[in-house]
Amino acid sequence: MIVRALFFAFFFAAIGVPISAQASSATEAALAAADDPVAEKRLQALSKELRCLVCQNETIADSNAELASDLRREIRGMIHQGQSDQEIIDFMVARYGDFVLYRPQVKGATLLLWGGPLVLLLIGVSALFIYLRRRAGRVGDTAAPLSAEEESRLAALLKETDHP
Amino acid sequence: MNRYFWILGAFAALAVLLAVGLGLNPRDIPSPLVGKPAPAFRLAMLEAPDKTFGPEDMRGQPWLLNVWSSWCVSCRDEHPVLVQMSEKIGVPIIGLNYKEVRGDGEFDMGKLSAEAERELAQKRANAWLDDRGKPYKLTAMDIDGRVGIDYGVYGVPETYLIDKDGVIRMKYTGPINPEALQKKILPLLAELKQ
Repeated sequence: MIVRALFFAFFFAAIGVPISAQASSATEAALAAADDPVAEKRLQALSKELRCLVCQNETIADSNAELASDLRREIRGMIHQGQSDQEIIDFMVARYGDFVLYRPQVKGATLLLWGGPLVLLLIGVSALFIYLRRRAGRVGDTAAPLSAEEESRLAALLKETDHP
Repeated sequence: MNRYFWILGAFAALAVLLAVGLGLNPRDIPSPLVGKPAPAFRLAMLEAPDKTFGPEDMRGQPWLLNVWSSWCVSCRDEHPVLVQMSEKIGVPIIGLNYKEVRGDGEFDMGKLSAEAERELAQKRANAWLDDRGKPYKLTAMDIDGRVGIDYGVYGVPETYLIDKDGVIRMKYTGPINPEALQKKILPLLAELKQ
């Protein structure tokens, strides 16, 4: 009984933390949206383009990490100062590097990242193409015309089956 | 037979690629600040709250900037290494205390005034240094984490090696261990001290 109670206590403690974190980020957004809905829309759009460096596969918009909320506050401040989206993105890249961009830029260092899947597709298609051509070649070989001797053997065999 | 060599070769290449990937540390993100001047700031010192510290105060000598906090668990592992190295590396280590109170998550920040937060941060930071030793020449208090953003801090502890011209030469993410000290930090420091 005590074990079960402890289990539930741990269970709720474990799920309680993220729920309260979500609630606080929701209230943060609601308060700011009431204040300035246009700026809040821009913040939402911008923070979807930026990666949270703490929980690396989330955007700053989705993340409940403290750094993400600090960065949302920073972006909010910059929007209020009248900075452009590009200026805000540049601000983040100057501090956290290209990794902060949720959609990596197309440039020399990311060429493999963007081109890689296409290269793999091309390799696959050409391998398939070569394989099919070789197979067609083999099928063609067996369909080569028979020699005179083979013709007569074939005729004999066919005759046999005609009269069982 | 030839075909099996191909498949085996492709499998081996893939295995090597994945093994290398597994060995990489996803937290080790290259900082764009390496090779650039250390971002300027002026923050109150823990040791003398009415005075401020800024990176330009360190011009003319190489130094280390170590980002720490008493709520940071990895800092506990790192601290003895810092204390030891501070005695023998011959360059000053400056502490940057990052969000001592609001980073902890234990406090309802809505109920804490700026003044109360500053006092609490000083108390907690001093208690940590009294308990565990003082590797720092001084500590600058980044109460709200703004300076941390300028330095691209995303996980504490982090350490920056800054040369005598004020240029960041290396960023080390995570707790410094004796191996990292020997292999990464000391060689660069020797070069910077020349």
